[in-house]
Amino acid sequence: MAVIKVNADTFEAEVLKSDKTVVADFNATWCGPCKMMAPILEQVSEKMDNVKFVAIDIDDNDVLAEDYEIFSIPCLVVFKNGEETNRSVGLISADELTALAGE
Amino acid sequence: MYDIIIIGGGPAGLTAAVYARRAGKNVLVLEATSCGGQIINTPDIENYPVEEHISGYDFGMRLTNQAKALGAEIVMEKAVDIRLNGNEKVVATTKAEYTAKAVIIATGSASRKLGLENEDALIGRGVSYCATCDGNFFRKKKVAVVGGGNTALEDALYMADIADTVYLIHRRDSFRGEEATVARLKTKENVRFVYNSTVTALNAEKRLKSIEVTNKDGSVSTLEVNGLFVAVGRIPENRNFAAVAELDESGYAIAGENCRTKTPGVFVAGDNRQKDVRQLVTAAADGAVAATEAVKYVNEM
Repeated sequence: MAVIKVNADTFEAEVLKSDKTVVADFNATWCGPCKMMAPILEQVSEKMDNVKFVAIDIDDNDVLAEDYEIFSIPCLVVFKNGEETNRSVGLISADELTALAGE
Repeated sequence: MYDIIIIGGGPAGLTAAVYARRAGKNVLVLEATSCGGQIINTPDIENYPVEEHISGYDFGMRLTNQAKALGAEIVMEKAVDIRLNGNEKVVATTKAEYTAKAVIIATGSASRKLGLENEDALIGRGVSYCATCDGNFFRKKKVAVVGGGNTALEDALYMADIADTVYLIHRRDSFRGEEATVARLKTKENVRFVYNSTVTALNAEKRLKSIEVTNKDGSVSTLEVNGLFVAVGRIPENRNFAAVAELDESGYAIAGENCRTKTPGVFVAGDNRQKDVRQLVTAAADGAVAATEAVKYVNEM
């Protein structure tokens, strides 16, 4: 499954009300490590059908970035049943992402 | 068996791959996370020959594509050991083992941490090692920068235009960094210099609220800050390779301009080598030299 772009309007339906575990990638266009992270997210999302991967541009959705107290990007936040269960800051490898998403 | 294994896909390692491929050698690059190296954190590079402006991300991507186009094989695995089997070098990753005639260690460096108890837990919650990456999250907030070198000075200057107040905390009474940057910082009204002091505790409720600063004279004070930018130097990523490359007291691999380590056929290139100038262009230069030396070694085997 590909990475889905999510914004403040779709966040509740796509993330908080998702039946699956969600990995939300908070990113920005000006952030080099975020751009390196994007293809890794795509690659892992293709292999993990039981997890939903979403991408959130923090400049277009500053309300979400504030709500979830994002102070460093890329920031990967794991949601289960609408609750944050874990997060990881900075560029990580495909193996590390797989482990984070599979917890 | 590969001719040359390169550990690390940053500017040094990828340049080495370009040179080694052009010399007709088969090349494996092992990269732990994502190619590009630490330069991908830099928004704008202005000091690489020919390119007046290029982002670190574009630089990393283009160099990666160049190495791939020339036929370098890139595998995303973290190398954890090099051992010798006669003349062969066996490189172990967390998943597999690969054998080569020569190895180039181009692992670069990582940010040095302060070593405070809750520091790791606060990364992304107020503690950052990259002002240009995370600075924008602290618009009109109070922040501190800790360190005394060029990175700390430039981080403080960058944050002065974004944050409400910037405390620049340094353990000595003068800076190691460039005079010109210090002079520019002194013109900024919202920069406060905190000399002879170290950060000794991070106070947080879910995220960073304040820091404890201890002066050389023993006095302790608390600074209310939302952000702390740590710029206290870097640690070379050579720990796993001390058996084949001699390291200095700071952990840098000891090798001259020819990039040779104490082990024949093992070379070191880039920021993890002991040298005076660590820049993008010197990392690339090391890659070229190490690859040329490695090719020579393989040809003479």
